Amino acid sequence: MTTLVNGKSLRLAFGETISDLGAQNDRIVVLDGDTGSSTYTSLFESAHPERFFQMGITEQNMLGMAAGMATVGLIPIVSTFSCFIVSRAHDSIRVLIAQPNANVKMMGGYAGLLAGMTGKTHLMFDDISIMRAMANMTVVAPVDEIETRSALKAIIEYEGPVYLRLSRPDTAIVFDDDYEFVLGKAVTVREGTDVTVFSTGTQTARALEAAETLAPEGIDVHLAHIPTVKPLDVDAVVAAAKKTGLVVTSEEHTVVGGLGGAIAEALAVSAPTPMTLHGIQDVFGESGPDGPLLDKYGISSEKTADAIRGAVKNYKSSSLQQS
Amino acid sequence: MSQTTTYSPEEMAEYARQARVRILEAVKHAGGGHVGGPYSASDMLAALYFGIMNIRPEEPDWPDRDRFVLSKGHSSIALYAMLALRGYFPVDELLTFDSISSRLQGHPDMTITPGVDMSSGSLGLGFAGALGIALGARTEGRYFTTYVMLGDGECNEGVVWEGAHVASRYGLENIVAIVDHNKLQQFGWTGEDLDDRITPYSEGQLADRWRAFGWEVMEMDGHDIPQILITLRAAKEFDGGPTAVIAHTVKGKGVSYMEGNYKWHSRVPNDEEFAQAMEELGETEGGVA
Repeated sequence: MTTLVNGKSLRLAFGETISDLGAQNDRIVVLDGDTGSSTYTSLFESAHPERFFQMGITEQNMLGMAAGMATVGLIPIVSTFSCFIVSRAHDSIRVLIAQPNANVKMMGGYAGLLAGMTGKTHLMFDDISIMRAMANMTVVAPVDEIETRSALKAIIEYEGPVYLRLSRPDTAIVFDDDYEFVLGKAVTVREGTDVTVFSTGTQTARALEAAETLAPEGIDVHLAHIPTVKPLDVDAVVAAAKKTGLVVTSEEHTVVGGLGGAIAEALAVSAPTPMTLHGIQDVFGESGPDGPLLDKYGISSEKTADAIRGAVKNYKSSSLQQS
Repeated sequence: MSQTTTYSPEEMAEYARQARVRILEAVKHAGGGHVGGPYSASDMLAALYFGIMNIRPEEPDWPDRDRFVLSKGHSSIALYAMLALRGYFPVDELLTFDSISSRLQGHPDMTITPGVDMSSGSLGLGFAGALGIALGARTEGRYFTTYVMLGDGECNEGVVWEGAHVASRYGLENIVAIVDHNKLQQFGWTGEDLDDRITPYSEGQLADRWRAFGWEVMEMDGHDIPQILITLRAAKEFDGGPTAVIAHTVKGKGVSYMEGNYKWHSRVPNDEEFAQAMEELGETEGGVA
């Protein structure tokens, strides 16, 4: 199995970057839901204590207060675990942030499957589905520390509500130092001809490892990374799907309504393409170390390679039957 | 800078009366909407918009204006009536309330209605937004006051107490919460029999709760304009932390058959009821609905 080199965690890259951005832009304020020692908003508090607001464990209130702060021209960055933003405070986001199009940036920490032995209450892998269903919302899932830094700059410059998905563990490096994230744009990570894989967030690193593993087997993967799940880069998605005629979506997220759903919606209208949705099935999670969790829930690099291999095999056999 | 006009308490009472007329016309015209809560709030809204708040109706987005958030958003028509009477938009527009493509939605929408400082409607959330405005204002070094009106039933919501806790932690001296304590909710808590609905909070309970969360508590008769003016000015001037004003009010105030009757929380009057209400409200021409 090809393995990439690990970099910093997205949460650490987030904490470092907002501290830097806070020095350049005094409209940035951070609201913390009593998780700053885990999400690294602690770094912002040290650098800019006068613009760091501890909200305690009051998520519904915290998201609402962020909306109010945005109305006086501040740029509130709200940070806590993804489950407490997306799920616990959903109504505050809907009524006070999404509907008024408030300039609030929501940082969903510990998103996905790998949340450090917390179990199903904390494992938030339906966050993309829920957030992208909300009108006015932008949904971003970076893959590595480099993309996280660049995405944060773009998100602060953008006027409007954004949900950023951040995972907990140290994460493999996919991009070079000079990579620049563009909001709403897909990124070709690997050129290939046999199958198009769309992935988002940290799953892109595992999809890239899977692709490199499949190359010697004669399966040439075209890998497109979708860091902005909403708004989706439909033109790039259609072009990449047409290039190979076969699509696999892969995500550290439920297959219900996430990246796979977004791609399926786009292709069904613009370029119907045979498609496999790879990700976590329609279940809740459980406690456990990262490696066994990735394996059990079917999204490790090996399992990702299996899914792509299976999709190509099925496609070839069905094509043979038809011809 | 706009010319400052001052209004007498008698004029404010007259605007409250006119608001009640306009509210019932709009609800009758729309064939739906709330009446009881808007009527319990009307006198306080008149005092706020014609006496207390530093505002520029001709410049609704003036950055240094005082803010008002109607967290009990289902009383939207009362806010719209007062905004119209104060000159934010034409009074005739009130008859578009709740109709398709109207700027006057069932619950306040800050993106389309001039003078609405925060969207609301899911109870408790407007209060959180108001606290954010106040904290943001202090962070930005702005000196305006944020007024937020909650219902007493709304105080059932847990998010109200999350925010009450955080506001006192931050000693937010620039927020005034007004609790419209009209003693009834939409359906409410059963009393002696099924037609008897009892207050969500018994005598003194609301004051005790706000005080326990670290707020300075004041009480007033929410229909007595001079008392409202004195109390809200004292609340604005108090600088030791956030202030909650418990306003003792009557749901449906101003129309005899509505007063204290939970069934008028949201109900459309028939022609006879409408005529009687207009008469009791001193509208000799009978209203326009």
